[in-house]
Amino acid sequence: MTTLIAITGLGVLCLIFEIFNLRKGIIPVTIIGLLATLGLTMSEYGTEASYYNNMIVVNNFSVTFSSLFIVLTTFIVAMSHNFYSNHPTKISDFISIKLFILAGAIAMVSFGNLAMYFLGIEILSIGLYVMAASERLSIRSNEAGMKYFLMGAFASGIILFGICLVYGAMGSFDVAEIASLSRSAELPAWFFIGVIMIVIGMLFKVAAVPFHFWAPDVYEGSPTLTTATMSTLVKVVAMATLFKLLVVLNAEMSYAFQMIIVVLSIASMTVGNIMALRQVNVKRMLAFSGISHAGFMLMTLLSLSTAAGTLLYYATAYSLAGIAAFAVILYVCGKNENEDIVNFHGLGKTNPVLAAVLTGALLSMGGIPIFSGFFAKLFLFSDTISAGYLFLVIIAVINSIISIGYYFKLILAMYGKEPNEERTGTPVLYYAVAVIAILLNIAIGFFPSLIMDLM
Amino acid sequence: MDNVLNQIGIENYIFLSVILFSIGVFGVLYRRNAIIVFMSIEIMLNAVNLLFVAFSTYHQDANGQVFVFFSMAVAAAEVAVGLAILVAVFRNIGSIDVANLKNLKG
Repeated sequence: MTTLIAITGLGVLCLIFEIFNLRKGIIPVTIIGLLATLGLTMSEYGTEASYYNNMIVVNNFSVTFSSLFIVLTTFIVAMSHNFYSNHPTKISDFISIKLFILAGAIAMVSFGNLAMYFLGIEILSIGLYVMAASERLSIRSNEAGMKYFLMGAFASGIILFGICLVYGAMGSFDVAEIASLSRSAELPAWFFIGVIMIVIGMLFKVAAVPFHFWAPDVYEGSPTLTTATMSTLVKVVAMATLFKLLVVLNAEMSYAFQMIIVVLSIASMTVGNIMALRQVNVKRMLAFSGISHAGFMLMTLLSLSTAAGTLLYYATAYSLAGIAAFAVILYVCGKNENEDIVNFHGLGKTNPVLAAVLTGALLSMGGIPIFSGFFAKLFLFSDTISAGYLFLVIIAVINSIISIGYYFKLILAMYGKEPNEERTGTPVLYYAVAVIAILLNIAIGFFPSLIMDLM
Repeated sequence: MDNVLNQIGIENYIFLSVILFSIGVFGVLYRRNAIIVFMSIEIMLNAVNLLFVAFSTYHQDANGQVFVFFSMAVAAAEVAVGLAILVAVFRNIGSIDVANLKNLKG
């Protein structure tokens, strides 16, 4: 609970810094504040408490996921310094919106009441609409913002209708009360319709097939740092929230519902991977790769009672690899109009460190050992097999193999082709973020129990 | 209020809300003018607000009515951002037709 207040306070502090003309201090102070909040959050680990009439519930799930979100936001804020160097006057707005997005994300994983959940998802989404359209002179950014806004508002409407039907069936917004009532026998049909509508709304936010169609356009058109936020932070937030919601709302999932999850998971993996094979734009390729990873993460929903640790591990591995990859993309495509693979030709000769980091990040996403992505998939598959879905794991393994194809297309472009442009300047922060993120990724690969035992 | 709800029945409120919600959904899916799409999203949200108030009376519980305030505040913030994006789009493209937004293809 203190986390939420601290993050919101930090966001307001950024805006106050702008008033007193202390722009240079914003990013250092934000990073220090975020690290302090990270410590504050971790100190709450192991406690169970609820605040404000059960509006906010603090438990291990919320503490661990909040810590992950704070780490990701720290990386994103650190990259903002170089990314927004052309707009020094707007830096306080961008940083404070990022912090408010983080506040929404934390509200989404620590809600104890559906009202808090709805406010969290809206705070997150409204901040992202602004970030997606923030390059206001670029037609692509405008289009991305407009599409994201229309799809996001549509999904919010569906989620709101779902919450309303759940409220109509239960007469309460409190999740603990709903969870205990949902085990009783006589439930009106509205309750199940409501749960399905909330799940559909969340699948929009996760970008799982068949609700994925907005993702490639929005990821491609948005400013690259916003794409990094969407594909790491927001995807993980939405997935964790969907997990928590299903734990709360649907204690014993019916077989039919599990089959729906299986079908959506297979469809997301397959469509994401097949479409990613023919992309030339790297951001678009990572968007489809994100869709397929959403399919993988959906597999955790099949063993709700045991898979929280696996979801946390997969989310950490995926998002750290994503941050490392986007740090390199931000460096390579900083001045270019587009993010085509052509820009990456010869990166292995001009910037061997960044090329190695991007290679590592892509291999982690593809699931090659020593990187944590491999162990994440390993735990995920063993969980799914013990839940009794062997065929799903077989399809997932085939999909992992397909995904290596497009990851290697980028890696070969970096090492096999001659450099076609001079790359000057060494933005230290991009280097630092990329290297730290990939080292963290490898570290949790060597010591998986660090993360797995947290739940 | 209880009498009115007993006479009409909660089902009819649900039907009305579902009809209004569906009008909103079809508006989002079929209309090409961005302003009309925004209005359709508002119809969706307000259909839900209506149902919240009906359920709140049905359960004799004030929580639902308080939630309506949250959802109205959120809808206002959402539309404010949406209209700002719309102005930016109009300045760049000179039209608010959603069908004109097709630069991103892959």
